[in-house]
Amino acid sequence: MSDRVSPLAEVHNAAGAQFTDFAGWQMPVRYSSDLAEHRAVREAAGLFDLSHMGEIVLVGDEAAAALDYAVSGRMSALKPGQAKYTLLLNAEGGVIDDLIVYRTGEDRYLVVANASNAEAVAEALHERAEGFATQVFDESDDVALIAVQGPNALEILFAVEGFAIEGGHPDGEDVPETLRELRYYRAVAGLFREHPVLFARTGYTGEDGFELFCAPDFAKELWETIAEVGAPFGLLPAGLAARDTLRLEAGMPLYGHELDATTFPVQAGLGRVVDLGKPGDFVGRAASEQGPGADARVLVGLTGDGRRAARADYAVFTEDGTSEIGVVTSGALSPTLGVPVAMAYVDPAYREPGTAVTVEVRGTKHPYTVTVLPFYKRKSN
Amino acid sequence: MAAPQNLKYTEEHEWVLVDGDVATVGITDYAQAALGDVVFVDLPAEGTAVAAAAVVGEIESTKSVGELFAPIDGEVVEANQAVVDSPDLVNSDPYGAGWLIKVRFTQLPELLDAAAYDELTSK
Repeated sequence: MSDRVSPLAEVHNAAGAQFTDFAGWQMPVRYSSDLAEHRAVREAAGLFDLSHMGEIVLVGDEAAAALDYAVSGRMSALKPGQAKYTLLLNAEGGVIDDLIVYRTGEDRYLVVANASNAEAVAEALHERAEGFATQVFDESDDVALIAVQGPNALEILFAVEGFAIEGGHPDGEDVPETLRELRYYRAVAGLFREHPVLFARTGYTGEDGFELFCAPDFAKELWETIAEVGAPFGLLPAGLAARDTLRLEAGMPLYGHELDATTFPVQAGLGRVVDLGKPGDFVGRAASEQGPGADARVLVGLTGDGRRAARADYAVFTEDGTSEIGVVTSGALSPTLGVPVAMAYVDPAYREPGTAVTVEVRGTKHPYTVTVLPFYKRKSN
Repeated sequence: MAAPQNLKYTEEHEWVLVDGDVATVGITDYAQAALGDVVFVDLPAEGTAVAAAAVVGEIESTKSVGELFAPIDGEVVEANQAVVDSPDLVNSDPYGAGWLIKVRFTQLPELLDAAAYDELTSK
């Protein structure tokens, strides 16, 4: 496997990061402590390098129509500057990847894919765009992605000098107002010291925050500037370990855990993301209309007592421990809540919140309770 | 951090401090750093008979589960309640307050010295 490195690798090394192999990339798993980084995002802010993620751009008169056919949501309904969470389905209605699609212009879309699926997504979009007046470019190697997440994210970006909004005031006087008013799942084009930056109010942590797309050449300058400006606001660089516990608390699915090629979105609680009401065909429509069988397992939240966490692939049993009724897809001791939390697929008879179940944790069955997702929701939501 | 000279080591990243016929056992600085923040420790009860290379406990971090292997045959004479109550001691003081168990043994197996352990973990 080739070890691809982020344009920020040097910066991470200097910050003392430990690295992990993630989808063929060497990415920081932590800089100091998973818990400290997790708490920084919940209480102040965290800085993430997401340069491993895939960016695929569709440009052309029929880019909207091509995407309407290619993915599960109605991308033509987005106005420029809007973004939407959507799914790339296979013909069987399973999930090839979950995506965020930004409409960055009338005839231009930016599709953000998971690192592990970036090539498959680019390939599928190329195939599905055939016959439409659009071009598909895999720009993953030409885009760096930096996320600032947490309650202080906005204040930190205000304090960065050198930002400007495209078409706005050249000195960036309008940056604070524009960013403050930018709604969740909206993006606005801008500049950082003459270099293009897309400011997107999106994230994967359950907190307010921004994701900044830029060219790899000056990602280092942008990262170092934000890190320095953000430090007095409590900003810490945060690795993949914190990102995983944050997204788990926020009940957000992770491809390969909660989503895969054999699982219908409706099983993961993502039925609303498959827009059966949109006109025209799309890949996976027929299978989605049919849906999984009535006995298909459904995704639930689980919370336990004590400190011993249920983890991915552990079996879920009935309360008395006699019958296996499901499997854990992600689990950890929640740093924010202090109790074990997990997401699991269970037989539909056990989906009701409050249902008592057990999870076999390395040989011993521990009591868990079915819980509504997400486990954590920020107060200002 | 270089491995302390006064300790012996296993390839499973435990350290052993021998005092008479009692061995104090913990995990190394290298092991705690690889695990990340330790949030749960499960140790064998006093009086438990343990066998070398057998799993006798668990050390869970936010990200993963590590197993504690007994480095020697013997009987547990003490488990460190302080780390059960504050698992982060394993991170903050792996060679001190973060010790895990004390085992009374009859025969000491061959263990790595600090130089050999540093060699193992520098690869």
